[in-house]
Amino acid sequence: MQIVLDVQNLNIWYGGIHAVKGVSLSIEKGDIVTLIGANGAGKSSTIRAIAGLVKGYRGTIQYTDAGGTQVQLNNRPPEDMVRMGIALSPEGRRILPHLTVEENLRLGAYSRKDKAETASDMEYVYNLFPRLRERRGQKGGTLSGGEQQMLAVGRALMSRPDLLMLDEPSLGLAPKLVGEVFGIIREINRQGKTILLVEQNALAALSIANKAYVLEVGATAVSGTGEELLQDPRVRDAYLGA
Amino acid sequence: MSNGTRNAILNFLAVGGFVYFLWWAPENLDGYKLRIINLIAINAILGLSLNLVYGMTGMFSLGHAGFMAIGAYVSALLVLTPGQKATMWILEPMVPWLLNLHAPFLISLVLGGAAAAFVGCLIALPVLRLGGDYLGIATLGFAEVIRILIANLIPITNGSLGLKGIPAHTDLWMSYGCLGAVLFFMVRLMNSNFGNVLRAVRDDEVAAKTMGIDTFKIRVLAFTIGCFGGGLGGALLGNLLTTIDPRMFMFIQTFNILMIVVVGGLGSMTGTIMGSVFVTTMLEWLRITESPMTIGSLRIPGIPGMRMLIFSLLLIAVIIFRSQGIMGTREFSWNWFFGDWGDGRKAKGAR
Repeated sequence: MQIVLDVQNLNIWYGGIHAVKGVSLSIEKGDIVTLIGANGAGKSSTIRAIAGLVKGYRGTIQYTDAGGTQVQLNNRPPEDMVRMGIALSPEGRRILPHLTVEENLRLGAYSRKDKAETASDMEYVYNLFPRLRERRGQKGGTLSGGEQQMLAVGRALMSRPDLLMLDEPSLGLAPKLVGEVFGIIREINRQGKTILLVEQNALAALSIANKAYVLEVGATAVSGTGEELLQDPRVRDAYLGA
Repeated sequence: MSNGTRNAILNFLAVGGFVYFLWWAPENLDGYKLRIINLIAINAILGLSLNLVYGMTGMFSLGHAGFMAIGAYVSALLVLTPGQKATMWILEPMVPWLLNLHAPFLISLVLGGAAAAFVGCLIALPVLRLGGDYLGIATLGFAEVIRILIANLIPITNGSLGLKGIPAHTDLWMSYGCLGAVLFFMVRLMNSNFGNVLRAVRDDEVAAKTMGIDTFKIRVLAFTIGCFGGGLGGALLGNLLTTIDPRMFMFIQTFNILMIVVVGGLGSMTGTIMGSVFVTTMLEWLRITESPMTIGSLRIPGIPGMRMLIFSLLLIAVIIFRSQGIMGTREFSWNWFFGDWGDGRKAKGAR
């Protein structure tokens, strides 16, 4: 299988704090890969570095775009990543509260110039999340937590990414909604998008992932398929509470 | 009658009434009142441009007076005739190439704005890497640098003697025509996707970046457009007052514009216009408190500076009782005016 993203020996410092200590991971085309681990394990830092939001890290991040061209992502600005087909739905949703649902989605397509296809992608997002279509004229800030999460995912999809990165999509959602959101993530993946998922909700993440990495204090502790990790006693003990 | 028809009729009446006023005023009002009415328009242009930078894009800039100065000097140097210029430079001779440089008023306005925008863009490149209060301090410093440069580049600017005898090109049609054009441009801009991009940069920089927005580039662009407005306002002001000198463009000038924007409501264009009407007329009207007064048997001699004192108290009252300004972040619309507050109430300019 083709490797879409290959991260080797990633190190990130925040001031004097060595937050990520040599994380390596690779993502194959068409997979759902998840990074799980406790607070402060470096999951978000890793995904933010890939998105270009962290500067001055060490290690290599190599990306292969849809055309098969290999690109070094190191220390490129975030807008380059979006243009090359990597989209991040950031932690805490970060939708724009004073803009309507539709305006939020349109901003997601900021990097694209193809108007007709943008409109058809908007239609695709509305079909994926019918709730957003109902609320298209409503301000983002008036949506419920679950709807805001849907909007955040939809907005990331509007850049028509090949690699969709989701940072904690279950954060602050009721269990029933977590199931709904993860169902949709699987649906997006089935339609051909590669997904990198950062999650604290290990059970939900592992149950949809093809491949998983467990991060502990800034380093990769365990990796394997979602199934394997669900059975792994260390993972069960530490993250699944079973 | 539907709201749409009602609004169309009211718009027509309002614009028609105002045009009639512009036609009526020069014949029936004295020069002092006309100047205040002109100043309202110019201050509104300056306020709108600062609002674009501060209210809509969230960059706390205190450099507007500097960009006004550039616009005012560029425009004045272009509209002054070679004859006037030849007699004005008495301290040091004028640079020869400037002597015969001449342009019609409208072109000088555009070039004044463009020069301010150019300098603004150059300043923005280093300065906009700063955020918050640091940006305010840096822009304040640059505005002062511009002013000092103007005061010392005597062969070009005539230094602190200033420029006199600028033809009084700015009349009501000109100032309100420019205000209309600026307002039209701003409304179009803020209602477009670009307006939403500015709000995204202001409200959540990380979110903006993840959407592929080059936030620095957008900031530089918005700042440059704002500087164009500052230069345009300065150019109009010079051609209204017919004389300019470096002391006109001190920090108090920026402060007055900032006050207009804050009183009107950060992020509200119609609010800025109301703020301009309020602040400009108040600054003039309160002059009566500085003249000697007789209340009953009590004689109060005129106290210079009294109006600034009263004005400060008014401002403090505004900040305590209505910190969001007259309009908050809303925009004026007839629907809002008549109380059917559909979604106009929660305008998207909110910060």
